[in-house]
Amino acid sequence: MPRYLVELAPLHSELILIIGAMVLLLWGAFRPETERQADIISWAAIGVLALAGIVLARQPLGNNTLFDGSFRFDAFARYVKMIVIISSAGALLLAPNDARRGKYLKFEYAVLLLLATAGMLMMISANDLISLYLSLELQSLALYVLAAFKRDDVRSSEAGLKYFVLGALSSGMLLYGASLVYGFTGATNFNDIAAVALTKGAGQNIGLIFGLVFLMVGLAFKISAVPFHMWTPDVYEGAPTPVTALFAAAPKAAAFALLTRVMITAFGGIKPQWQQIIIFLSIASMVLGAVAAIGQTNVKRLLAYSSIGNMGFVLVGLAAASPEGIEGVLIYLATYLVMTLGAFAVVLCMRRRSGPVEEIADLAGLATTNPGMAATMAIMMFSLAGIPPLAGFWGKYYVFLAAVKADLWPLAIIGVVASVVGAFYYIRIVIVMYVNDAKSGAENRFMRVPLRESTVMALACLITLLGFLPFPLRNGSLGDWIIATASAAARSLFG
Amino acid sequence: MIGLGHYLTVAAMLFTLGIFGIFLNRKNVIVILMSIELMLLAVNINLVAFSSFLGDLAGQVFALFVLTVAAGEAAIGLAIVVVYFRNRGSIAVEDINLMKG
Repeated sequence: MPRYLVELAPLHSELILIIGAMVLLLWGAFRPETERQADIISWAAIGVLALAGIVLARQPLGNNTLFDGSFRFDAFARYVKMIVIISSAGALLLAPNDARRGKYLKFEYAVLLLLATAGMLMMISANDLISLYLSLELQSLALYVLAAFKRDDVRSSEAGLKYFVLGALSSGMLLYGASLVYGFTGATNFNDIAAVALTKGAGQNIGLIFGLVFLMVGLAFKISAVPFHMWTPDVYEGAPTPVTALFAAAPKAAAFALLTRVMITAFGGIKPQWQQIIIFLSIASMVLGAVAAIGQTNVKRLLAYSSIGNMGFVLVGLAAASPEGIEGVLIYLATYLVMTLGAFAVVLCMRRRSGPVEEIADLAGLATTNPGMAATMAIMMFSLAGIPPLAGFWGKYYVFLAAVKADLWPLAIIGVVASVVGAFYYIRIVIVMYVNDAKSGAENRFMRVPLRESTVMALACLITLLGFLPFPLRNGSLGDWIIATASAAARSLFG
Repeated sequence: MIGLGHYLTVAAMLFTLGIFGIFLNRKNVIVILMSIELMLLAVNINLVAFSSFLGDLAGQVFALFVLTVAAGEAAIGLAIVVVYFRNRGSIAVEDINLMKG
């Protein structure tokens, strides 16, 4: 390998994604535009993601910074990047079947997804205001197009338009905050900002606090924390379902990692100032996510509110602002990714001969007509509700534990209450599937579950059910391994 | 003498106008795109003013990046507006209401 490539080693997974995207774009452009080609290209894109994942896993840690400190690769970055790559690959795997039936199977989908993933990976490593903004835009611009990908569908293009307008607004806020932070600290690098934030009296620097608040508003939009969540239900409902499956997991994890790095690394010195805001966002998201989901009839809208609520729970870990809290955040993100993909695999299979359906009432009697699908959905719902010993419980356990250790009792108590209220609507879905009777007639049956969807469902069920049980995997369970890795990753951020 | 405060005030006014343009505008999506552009330009004024008063080049480099990304953002925004117009036959803000939220 040439020397400049060796020097860029921490950036290799991003480079693979970007080069892969360019090659696939050219390949798609110069080949006949058929559905078969699009299918091949999406498999190739999954290969590119897998390659990037392997390279990432083999990348040695150490104090790796690139580009004058604006790109940072540490255990934290590697952990979240792995989550993002796996959820992108999962979302891509789920796409072609739905796209073929909805007549929007095009090769650009895979290319845009690769570019968005590259942006997310750079977000996770961003250690400078400029790289923060550029990576965030690389991700967002690709995702705006993906939301409006079903070009002939008015709801999809409306989702794209809404996502674009609110996304651009949030980018503007973030940028205004970044400019103020730059002006009042004289630096764009997070470590230099941290040095200023650590000085005495930084908490009274109004310009810096203003910048911090604007920065947080921009990032809160991206993780859809209340009160900046208005776009989420509409975009989730309107966007094609495979795109929604992507939106629910990967960009959230990446934006959350970015928020964590900004708060802990750059603004660690003025923790009291941002901690209150995070606590407010967290409580508002948990409560609204739990209460507003109750009245929903559309499954995708319900999952949107569920994701708002879940982001509230993850914010509990960040509010603790301790290594334990970040460890909880990382465990939560990993389990949330599995549950989201599993739930969306089921939603993608809600398709009758006449077309896809999205109402909760359409799930009635699923336990008799399709027991496998019903069991998957039930496991995912119980896990999202946080019922032990499923994976979802452990994420909640660790964030609440961290909150209690950090003396944030009220936050932990509100969180547990919100989680109980949330369990109501998750379990309502289970009741619809297992107690209500199915409508008779062949036209009301769902179509057969395709292989890719059933693979994702089976994997998600396995991990959710057995992941945290004492199930041998070399030494200890998968859950033990995730917890140990998350713990090391969280400590690398504080090192 | 025009100082840093004057530049920051102008930028803050433009930024606020941009935000109000997005929220109070009841007519046309194109106006929203213009408002977004106004916000980004306000940020650029901030960055360049800070850069000049701090004697640090990073702010001007940042401003150049912002300009470039803003162009890309406008292109994608207009493309989405065109797709929307084809499907719906209108880009009036009050018509963007198929999903309530």
